[in-house]
Amino acid sequence: MYKFISSLLIGLSLGAIYSLMSISLVLVWRSTRVVNFAQAGQAIVSTYIAYEVVNRTGSFWLAFIVAILAGALLGAIVDRYFMRPLFKRVTTGPIVAIAPVVATLGLLGILRAIVGFIWGVELKPIAAPVSLDGYSLGSEVLPFAPYNALVILIVAIVLIVLSLLFQKTNLGLSLRASAFSPEIARLSGVRVNEIRTLGWAIAGAAGAIAGILATPTSYLSPNSLDILLVFGFAAAVIGGLESMVGAVVGGLVLGLGVTFVSNYVSTSLIFPTAFVFLIVILLVRPSGIVAGKRSRRA
Amino acid sequence: MSLVVSNLSVDHGAIRAVSGVSFTVESGKIAAIIGSNGAGKTTLLRTLSGLKSATHGSAQWNDHDLFSVKPEFNVRHGIAHVGEGKSVIAELSVEENLHLGAIWRKNKKEMKSTQLDVIELFPILGERIKQRADTLSGGERQMLAIGRALMSRPQLLLLDEPSLGLAPLVIEQIFQTIKSLRDQMSLTVVLVEQNALGALEIADTGIALNLGKVVVAGSAQSLLNDPAVRAAYLGY
Repeated sequence: MYKFISSLLIGLSLGAIYSLMSISLVLVWRSTRVVNFAQAGQAIVSTYIAYEVVNRTGSFWLAFIVAILAGALLGAIVDRYFMRPLFKRVTTGPIVAIAPVVATLGLLGILRAIVGFIWGVELKPIAAPVSLDGYSLGSEVLPFAPYNALVILIVAIVLIVLSLLFQKTNLGLSLRASAFSPEIARLSGVRVNEIRTLGWAIAGAAGAIAGILATPTSYLSPNSLDILLVFGFAAAVIGGLESMVGAVVGGLVLGLGVTFVSNYVSTSLIFPTAFVFLIVILLVRPSGIVAGKRSRRA
Repeated sequence: MSLVVSNLSVDHGAIRAVSGVSFTVESGKIAAIIGSNGAGKTTLLRTLSGLKSATHGSAQWNDHDLFSVKPEFNVRHGIAHVGEGKSVIAELSVEENLHLGAIWRKNKKEMKSTQLDVIELFPILGERIKQRADTLSGGERQMLAIGRALMSRPQLLLLDEPSLGLAPLVIEQIFQTIKSLRDQMSLTVVLVEQNALGALEIADTGIALNLGKVVVAGSAQSLLNDPAVRAAYLGY
């Protein structure tokens, strides 16, 4: 029973982080039709910046804020100075479909190399702001720690803020309209290009939060967030790629699935589990588990 | 106060879709642009709102040069474009589609009062206000598309085939609404239509396009009486 409860809680906190990464990928996909593999690179940069801030000031929370701002800024820069010129230049031929993928993968490599150049490749820790020691229930010590609870809380707050932003504000309406139908949004007076850059910034911020939250329970290295990208992407596909709710559900399903498999079967199956989920979903319900009745028009 | 289009040419790659088109629409009038598929009607309208760029020529709405800014800024000069094929965002609710039309105004109070006006014009939108746009019928969607454009409180309305794919009774209702926009709100309307008869019956002036060129232009009544127009576009 302890094992079950702790698997459930650990799975939720892991899934919460996957959800954020997944949301970050879905936001960009919806607005730009690009799977942004560079998101792991953007998040690694913001997390290293956070590492520097923690080192110099000792404040995790200051680092957290700085990471969010850095992630947002980086997301905006990638769209404005990288993707936008790319779409302007690459307009015809088979390269149109593949260019953005190649570009974001290339950018991922570049960002990782820059980070390795500045900070080296050795593992760096970021200390958690609350204890990583598990809660004890009677004589049993659960793997679920105050930090895991904090992660769930922070992600819940971020999700509430995002859903209020998207559902209740004019900015959110502009973001959704621009993603669903750029032309109608433009005819309605929405400055679609600027709004899309803002969407990349929000996605970058979500990815940055995922990056800094994932690090205290492991270590930071130039490629330490790659696995988060893989799980975030799998979660996004499980959720149908189009929907933010889907991204969260996908993240939680994956976090729980991975944790239960690793606790009850074998830890060596963590990675394959994500792919098994991915493939089963693609075969059984390719539009994702929470996809709406109709998909987005071309 | 008028829309003045002069010597407008627009290219689709190597193909000239609109060729040397000139016309004037006086303020508060309806101009019907008729012609068959591929005549360049939609391209003409998309160029006027800025979605497509002109190769030659100019277009002025009063003293505003339509080609000087992007479409998202033309709407700020009182020009609203309703695209071909029930131009609504299916994933958004009726209310959100309407709000979208007024979003650049950043004035909640004015938006609410405009929304009441639009719902008075199209009561069915009020009944469906919280529904997703893709649950509406074809006619309701077209009303929503026009309603969305009206939310920006335009002076010049560019309508692309509002009758397309609708039942005759609904078409009649849409045309009567367009007429009342002119008569009651003094809107200027450029109405692109394949349904030439319906469009000319409510229009003040008519322009027939063929292969991107103006073949006949004049008062709507004169086009209705023109034997060549009747044979080519009205089918009698």
